[in-house]
Amino acid sequence: MSTPAHLTPADFAPAVMERHVHAISRPSLSYWQDAVRRLRANWRAMTSLGVVIGLCIFAVAGPWIWQVDPAAQDVDQISQGPSLPATALIVEPGTAWAGVTKEPTASGDVVANLRLAEPATTQTVRLTWEPVVGATGYVVYRSIYDPAPDRALGLPLGDSLGANRVSYEDRLDLKPQRYWYSVVVLDANGAEQQAYETFSVDVVRAASIEEAQARGWTTQDAALTVGTQLTLPFHPLGTDYLGRDMLARLIYGARVSLFIGVVAPILFVLIGIVYGSIAGFVGGRLDQVLMRFAEFVIALPFLLFMILFKIAFGIGPGESGVIPMLVALVILDWPPTARLVRGQILQIRQEGYVSASQLLGAKTGYLVFRHMIPNTLGVILVTLTFAVPSAIFTEAFLSFIGMGVAPPTPSWGSMANDGIRTMLSHPHELIFPAVLISIAVLAFNLLGDGLRDALDVRMRGRE
Amino acid sequence: MLAYTFKRLIQGVITVWFIATATFFAMHAVPGDPLANERATTEAIRKNLEARYGLDRPVTEQYVLFLGNMMRGDFGISFTQENRRVNDIIRESFPVSATLGILAVAFAAFGGVVWGALTAIYRNRLPDLVITFLVILGISVPGFVVAALGQLALVDINAWLGFSLLPIAGWGSIRHMIVPSMVLGLGTMAYLTRLMRSSMLEITNSDFIRTARAKGLPPTRIFLKHQLRNAILPVITVLGPSIAAITTGGFVVELVFAIPGLGRSFVQSVQQLDYTVIMGTTVFYGAFLVFMVIVVDLLYGLIDPRVRLE
Amino acid sequence: MSRAAVRQLVWLGLAGTGIFIALMVALSWAATITGGGTTAGRAFDLDTKSITIFLDDEPPQLDSRRTSDTISGMVLGHIMEGLLRYDARNQVVPGVAERWEIRPTGATFWLRNTARWSDGKPVTAHDFVFAWRTVVDPATASDYAFILYYVKNGEAINSSKMPPDQLGVRAISDSVLEVDFERPAAFFDKLVTFPTYFPIRQDFQASRGVRYAADAQDLLFNGPFVMTRWAHGANIRLEKNQEYWNRDAIRLNAIDIPYITSDTPTLVNLFKDGSLVWARLGPEQFEEAMKLRWNVARYGDGSIWYVDFNFRPERPTRNLNLRRALQLVTDPNEIVNRVIAIPGYKPLNSLFPAWLPGLNGLFRQEYPPPAITLSIDEARKHLEMAKKELGVDQIPPLVLLSDDTILANKEAEYFQSLYKRTLNLDIRIDKQIFKQRIAKHNAGDFDMVLAGWGPDYADPLTFGDLYASFNGNNRSLYNNPAYDAQVRIAQNSTDQSARMDAFAEMQRIMIEDAVHLPTHERGRVFVQAPQLKGVVHRAIGTEPDFTDAYLVEAP
Repeated sequence: MSTPAHLTPADFAPAVMERHVHAISRPSLSYWQDAVRRLRANWRAMTSLGVVIGLCIFAVAGPWIWQVDPAAQDVDQISQGPSLPATALIVEPGTAWAGVTKEPTASGDVVANLRLAEPATTQTVRLTWEPVVGATGYVVYRSIYDPAPDRALGLPLGDSLGANRVSYEDRLDLKPQRYWYSVVVLDANGAEQQAYETFSVDVVRAASIEEAQARGWTTQDAALTVGTQLTLPFHPLGTDYLGRDMLARLIYGARVSLFIGVVAPILFVLIGIVYGSIAGFVGGRLDQVLMRFAEFVIALPFLLFMILFKIAFGIGPGESGVIPMLVALVILDWPPTARLVRGQILQIRQEGYVSASQLLGAKTGYLVFRHMIPNTLGVILVTLTFAVPSAIFTEAFLSFIGMGVAPPTPSWGSMANDGIRTMLSHPHELIFPAVLISIAVLAFNLLGDGLRDALDVRMRGRE
Repeated sequence: MLAYTFKRLIQGVITVWFIATATFFAMHAVPGDPLANERATTEAIRKNLEARYGLDRPVTEQYVLFLGNMMRGDFGISFTQENRRVNDIIRESFPVSATLGILAVAFAAFGGVVWGALTAIYRNRLPDLVITFLVILGISVPGFVVAALGQLALVDINAWLGFSLLPIAGWGSIRHMIVPSMVLGLGTMAYLTRLMRSSMLEITNSDFIRTARAKGLPPTRIFLKHQLRNAILPVITVLGPSIAAITTGGFVVELVFAIPGLGRSFVQSVQQLDYTVIMGTTVFYGAFLVFMVIVVDLLYGLIDPRVRLE
Repeated sequence: MSRAAVRQLVWLGLAGTGIFIALMVALSWAATITGGGTTAGRAFDLDTKSITIFLDDEPPQLDSRRTSDTISGMVLGHIMEGLLRYDARNQVVPGVAERWEIRPTGATFWLRNTARWSDGKPVTAHDFVFAWRTVVDPATASDYAFILYYVKNGEAINSSKMPPDQLGVRAISDSVLEVDFERPAAFFDKLVTFPTYFPIRQDFQASRGVRYAADAQDLLFNGPFVMTRWAHGANIRLEKNQEYWNRDAIRLNAIDIPYITSDTPTLVNLFKDGSLVWARLGPEQFEEAMKLRWNVARYGDGSIWYVDFNFRPERPTRNLNLRRALQLVTDPNEIVNRVIAIPGYKPLNSLFPAWLPGLNGLFRQEYPPPAITLSIDEARKHLEMAKKELGVDQIPPLVLLSDDTILANKEAEYFQSLYKRTLNLDIRIDKQIFKQRIAKHNAGDFDMVLAGWGPDYADPLTFGDLYASFNGNNRSLYNNPAYDAQVRIAQNSTDQSARMDAFAEMQRIMIEDAVHLPTHERGRVFVQAPQLKGVVHRAIGTEPDFTDAYLVEAP
């Protein structure tokens, strides 16, 4: 055994304390400063942030810019698509129509001379025709297409029973467009004949002065004369199933939906994080008890407990239950997040850097907040962003069964739910709220991605 | 392992008992009369019905009776389908829901893992953005719309082909299962895609991947053995409750595709305040959920040796 | 790195697809073991004379004695037959009974000796006696026992005051059934078409016990069809009953019901795909139906819908002037034509719907209801009077109770806006799930409620007795001796014209006292394959009725 020649006893002397060995020439960046810097550099996240702020402004400032009552119904303009303002003819107030009776003289299996008894308006279309001997009645059909050549008569509107009752008044959902009316004779057995008489009618939008006022087309004192054209209120995004302005409803709906859609997920995800980290970090018996409790909450029948919460909060009929709904959502929805966070924590707890940190004497709080939570952030943010649309639609479902916001208060979720039914015939009623929900969710997702990247410790200094 | 499983099962039974108890009392606390109907009946009939369902006894006594019956696996007779046992309802409709649910979850899990991994690899590049956009669209549109559009597309495909490629609705053969299970799994798939992407990204930057790369392991092996295996853990965490939730929560899909599943019974029973069916389905669902969670936890231990089952 | 990973992923994806398919095969194999469902055929088959239809929901109760819903009623109408039945033109025609006689005090039915149960044994008068006795037996707890109160002692037995064997019905022989009435029942022939009056054979019922009617093999049939398969919630199959006495008139061999859903888009899609022989249309499908040039038809389901007021003492709606004010601004025409906007729905201005038979023709044509002239100004005057009488400056917010259905929702929001705009009244909508709506309705926890009533038999009394103070269904607690007196006349008189006069008087009281606000009669719109003929849609009885249906070549 020989001593290595190049080592001298001096080499074993304690080193002299040296300060400022590696002087940092630039101002140091803290974790948070760096995160903000990286977030700022992420154009997708910044755009999303802009969109989120824009949506909030839309919800808060919208009513001042678009001063239309979201609850005002216009039954003359139901389910109208986005369009330029229409006009309506002012007519005399409608009077009841006794109809036409005429004794039949001609026989045959089809009526003759089907015609309008009065000019056709969206108020009423009054038809009359020549009677047929031996008929027991007449059935009137209406279509928006020509029934020829294959006898596609369209919708059966109604019947006029008796050979001499040769008129029909149609008031059903008349739109200013062309209709084909067809009349079919009922024979002695009450069976419909194959032959039919048809003619087309161009319907004009019209209203009486009283109706124009009732629909809110004009103010009470504005002078109106019969025979003039009145320009109807503008509905840039169309109207819903009760003729309410879509834009106004979207603006007011944003308040409820954004509130529920943002606050509820944030709250229950927070609860989930705390709960999950405690369970995961402490482990052992406490972990087991906590997790069994989480499973217990997941398995509770959601609808039943929502009803129970509503009663417990004493929400009366017609009262808005946004806060109780929020509380109930938070109480019932946290366990999946908690389970997820716990799983992540269990995994991270075994990582080398955690053990190292622990060896170096890090306290529990430090470990959890400095190492564990930031490392589970990605998963947490995914859960958070997915909880946004689910909260929005849960609100809509609960409102539908009378447990959320009280009508006529709109929300995006309930507007989308209402629009689903008319998805094919009036797509705008679904598309507009769905697009807004998508934009909001997309913005939150990209913002979440940006945040995740920005907060990712391992990505410091990159990108 | 065996001892652990046994312990978990015991705990599971206790959890189910808690679920049953909470639901039982919640159900009785909700106002509404399960026996009331549009047509009024006489006092005598009402008394008989109350006696038949045991509603004439105090709630605590009903609870004890219910517990006793539950131990024997008997949930009684449905209030709305008066000559059917709740057990029969569950026995007949659960296999359907389970089939649909398992397929949906399988679809969601595979799709989610593959898409999620893809988006992580192509992070912030075109495939990532396109998939992310589709995923957002998928979760922002209500399930009803997806189901209805899926069905509509099927009608058009069948019409275009001139024969029935896949049935529009109904239940019975493999062909009936494909579209509904995909529609049902879509939401979960979107979620898993995002979850997978996120956890993949975390793994990609970890020390052991760097080590693996540094020691010259083939990329395929790193990807499969290290990245995927680790990234999949949160997906599995979510999977357990998902299977249970999808299996009983397929109400909308069951309605649109006319599928005789348990989801419909579950939702309708609350609306109809059908006490016995509420209890039967809730307890069954609770037990199923607890069981799935135990299965997932056991899987967890198998996939990730670091997580010790204690 | 990334290329290798993508290749891995592709393999993984393929493996996933493989596993998915394997799972599917395994599960479908497992499903055939447990017996889930079966593959459905096409909409109709001219060779086998079979059709494929749907049901809105699983029939909840096929025990005819306890059934109370229209879906079970539809199925029962095909697999069972009562003493009499309705034909395609809604006339009462012989069923199990070949002739009958109705007297003021009772009725006699002579049963045909060719009537058979599906096991080949004859249907006898004893089967009716057994079924009817168990219906009124309170132990059976039948919701519809009240429809047998016309039979002597029915109500007393149902209230536990008498044993069931005291019911006024006797089997004189196997083929003669004699009924004693509690009170005159001029329309008893219509009553016995109702499922609650169907026969049940005692020995068969006893052999099944509590499982009677729980499954297809736990039922015995005497109608035009037998049920050969009943996979609950999934699949029902009806086949022609070879033992049915009139089997030669039944032209369909089988009715398949593999779809149980009420989702109209699904039904329309199935129809479009050629998987259903008929489908109901929702308003959102009208445009498409016109575009596809379908033959659309409609019918009324007979039910009436209205806003009921609460007459309990503490409620403001007890005030006539308030009710009058609301009545004067409520326009059924606008509700039907603008808000509901479905053909087949009819505006309703009376307690009695337009289809009800009267003395010779239709009741409403013989006795038109008094007209209401709508006027906002008049309404406001009545509102002022109401405020004075109630001693308030402003009517407190009125609670409008409603179901959580789409249409009820729409109507409630319409009323809310209407009454706010015209009368400045605040309406609070109380939306509730079905059972809670019923519970609140029963408890009187409302000011107004959106309600409806479906007829049980084709006589105005099915609606008329609704507001009698002694009727348990009168949940608004309207109490008017003058009205009650008219109901008593209609119940006890055998003179049809006196009865009709009584109904006219009820109609007048209802409007003048503004007891409720009628809004509409419900309609249904549907499309049907042109090859299928003879299907009957009706307000009363089996609906839809495929008994007389048949298939023809495409026109």
